[in-house]
Amino acid sequence: MGRRSALAFGAVIGTLLGIGLYDRFFRRDQRIDLYFEDGSMVSIAGGSPEAAVVIPYAREALRAAR
Amino acid sequence: MAIAEKALSELTDISSQVRAAVLFDGGGKVLASTLPAERAEEFAVAAKLLWEQAEVVRTDDEAKLTQLEAATADGSVFIVREAEQTLAAVTSPEPTAGLVFYDLRSALRSAGEKPKPKRRKAPAKKSKPKAKPSGSS
Repeated sequence: MGRRSALAFGAVIGTLLGIGLYDRFFRRDQRIDLYFEDGSMVSIAGGSPEAAVVIPYAREALRAAR
Repeated sequence: MAIAEKALSELTDISSQVRAAVLFDGGGKVLASTLPAERAEEFAVAAKLLWEQAEVVRTDDEAKLTQLEAATADGSVFIVREAEQTLAAVTSPEPTAGLVFYDLRSALRSAGEKPKPKRRKAPAKKSKPKAKPSGSS
């Protein structure tokens, strides 16, 4: 019983850590803000399909400028 | 130093957040840069493609894209465009976006300014001989 509880507890902690790390490195820090001439602004979250297309070019630009 | 190069040099001096910047025209030709030529070309190509991809994100509206920020954990890419000139810059992570955009716009305007013509000395006016007072009153 004790071992099972420890395993379950470890799995929960591991899952939470994994979600946190994924969010930290792959989603939360990525964002695209677009500003238009009519004054409107569109913010695209890092995890969206639109961002998945645009972000690689940003990474390429950052790499070239390094 | 050309006006555009001077504007970019001043930009990196003024803004501690801007690491590098490239100015290029509508065709992607580099006009000025703070990077060596080869890397400036690569940066300009990537920035141009980034802009083109971002332009098609919002297809429902006629409003033109004027500036963008692409933020990643490694840093941000800022791009501003006026007329046919585009200025792209990279910054450290989590920059103050409003300040960076302001600095980029100022640099873009400075880079687009035409050199002022040198002042030439106006030719000295010939002094006319004073007319003699006529008669006595």
